[in-house]
Amino acid sequence: MEKIIAGYTVDVTEEGYLTQMNQWNKEIAEAIAKELGIHELTEGHWKVIEFLRKDFAETEKVPTTRRIKNVGNIPTKDLYDLFPDGPVLKAAKIAGISKPVSCV
Amino acid sequence: MKKILILGAGTAGTIMANMLNKKINKREWSITIIDQHSNHYYQPGFLFIPFGIYTEKDVVKRKVKFLPKGVEYIQASVELINAEKNQVVLGNQEMVSYDILIIATGCDIAPEETEGLNEGWGKDLFDFYTIGGALALKDKLENWNGGKLVVHVSEMPIKCPVAPIEFVFLADWFFTEKKKNRQEVELVYVTPLDSAFTKPICSEVLGDLFPQKNISLVNKFNVSHVDPKSRKLVSFDNKEVDYDLLVTVPINMGSKLIGRSGLGDDLNFVPTDKHTLQSKDYENIFVIGDATDLPTSKAGSVAHFQGEILTENILNYTNRKPLTAHFDGHANCFIESGYNKAFLIDFNYDYEPVSGTFPLPGIGPFSLLKETKVNHLGKMAFKYIYWNMLLKGIPIPTVSAHMKKSGKNLDLLPD
Ligand SMILES: Cc1cc2nc3c(=O)[nH]c(=O)nc-3n(C[C@H](O)[C@H](O)[C@H](O)COP(=O)(O)OP(=O)(O)OC[C@H]3O[C@@H](n4cnc5c(N)ncnc54)[C@H](O)[C@@H]3O)c2cc1C
Repeated sequence: MEKIIAGYTVDVTEEGYLTQMNQWNKEIAEAIAKELGIHELTEGHWKVIEFLRKDFAETEKVPTTRRIKNVGNIPTKDLYDLFPDGPVLKAAKIAGISKPVSCV
Repeated sequence: MKKILILGAGTAGTIMANMLNKKINKREWSITIIDQHSNHYYQPGFLFIPFGIYTEKDVVKRKVKFLPKGVEYIQASVELINAEKNQVVLGNQEMVSYDILIIATGCDIAPEETEGLNEGWGKDLFDFYTIGGALALKDKLENWNGGKLVVHVSEMPIKCPVAPIEFVFLADWFFTEKKKNRQEVELVYVTPLDSAFTKPICSEVLGDLFPQKNISLVNKFNVSHVDPKSRKLVSFDNKEVDYDLLVTVPINMGSKLIGRSGLGDDLNFVPTDKHTLQSKDYENIFVIGDATDLPTSKAGSVAHFQGEILTENILNYTNRKPLTAHFDGHANCFIESGYNKAFLIDFNYDYEPVSGTFPLPGIGPFSLLKETKVNHLGKMAFKYIYWNMLLKGIPIPTVSAHMKKSGKNLDLLPD
């Protein structure tokens, strides 16, 4: 379905995850972050967002916290401080990529 | 002579050796299987050891007993898989080459991945996912006078995702009926999931049992570290759970061999086609059991169902035919709930566990998603079936590799 975020019309899933990563931009990220209760995206947030987008483009998968730590060099503790309560779910939404699949 | 090489003689590798040995053209193909250990453990039995229901004797036999004549067995640890050269390197630097490789190296606990876990090991902190852990925990429970017992899952996926739930249910029964000191024991279940289990309907049924059994549930708890001195679990978002006795399921990871060989994801699980069981990276490598990254349970039952599919696909592959056998994610698990009762769940990639009857539609004798005595008898009979039929690749009558929809109340599922 379509949704207007920060004045841009984008395609999203029912839960609000962007389905086309190229429809994303920084203003959209900021708007989604606000919706999720994160009022300002700091340098730390951007480091995570940029890693998620780069890794997703390469692997077509949302990286796990372990991969964000090992490959993206972002300690898991920082991730939880930056995106409280479900960090990868939130960070992926802000980064304009798919919802991470939960495991079995 | 061309060679099929199987790495790992656990549940999945042993089943494959037996199934393939019956079907493969022996004039053209030989089968070799490698494992580092000489003993085979019936891992589902580890659950019962801490409570004195099984002893070590019930769960261990020599691996070679289950391997068919004509299959070569090498007892060695595998150091490296060189997929580009179609060969593996053993611990003694010997090389073994292959035409087809089947990876069945399973998964194991990795306590070293969580800070503090290794320090407290064996004192107030135990596991039951290894034989050593299960035996040590038995001694501990025998001498333990009560307090706060926390059963804890570090991170998903883990093998047999219902085992820790079964453990906490059995603990309730054990302290009530066997030790008769349940009022002195506080039982807490700590999980990173939103609820008790991964599948919504089943989770609701099991979740209802927690308050009934007076077990508290702490969910969404992602452990950052354990402090064995102050006996605390601490999460990444600074929540704390203290314990007197911690029974933990550490992070589960695929064999280090997979990591060393560059064939795995960040948990050393091998990216695998969910239907054909072929490796995503090499067409002559196939993967089965806990070693895969597939979105189904890591369970012996799954390895068994996959065995039939993979045997067919390996025969297809050797005959240069398309890989037409498709695995549907079928899993089947008994969930022991104490007091000689158990649940049974049966599901696949597309259908989560629902109520109904199994294996015969309308007849059973087992009931799905319901707590019954007959289900418990089924769970206990499984040890015999495992040693005598499952490992040897003998089909279990009426239980098929693909999940049956008949006998199930699938209309309960949301669209
Ligand atoms: C406590 C517990 C309860 C369980 N309950 C159930 C249940 O009720 N029902 C159910 O269906 N399943 C249950 N399971 C899960 C089941 O035991 C596993 O899913 C099953 O054993 C998987 O088979 P596998 O062959 O993939 O791995 P495994 O059986 O673990 O075999 C892997 C083999 O690979 C070998 N290996 C690994 N690396 C190397 C190397 N580098 N060199 C040489 N050899 C190597 C290992 O030595 C091992 O023998 C339970 C497991 C546990 C721990």
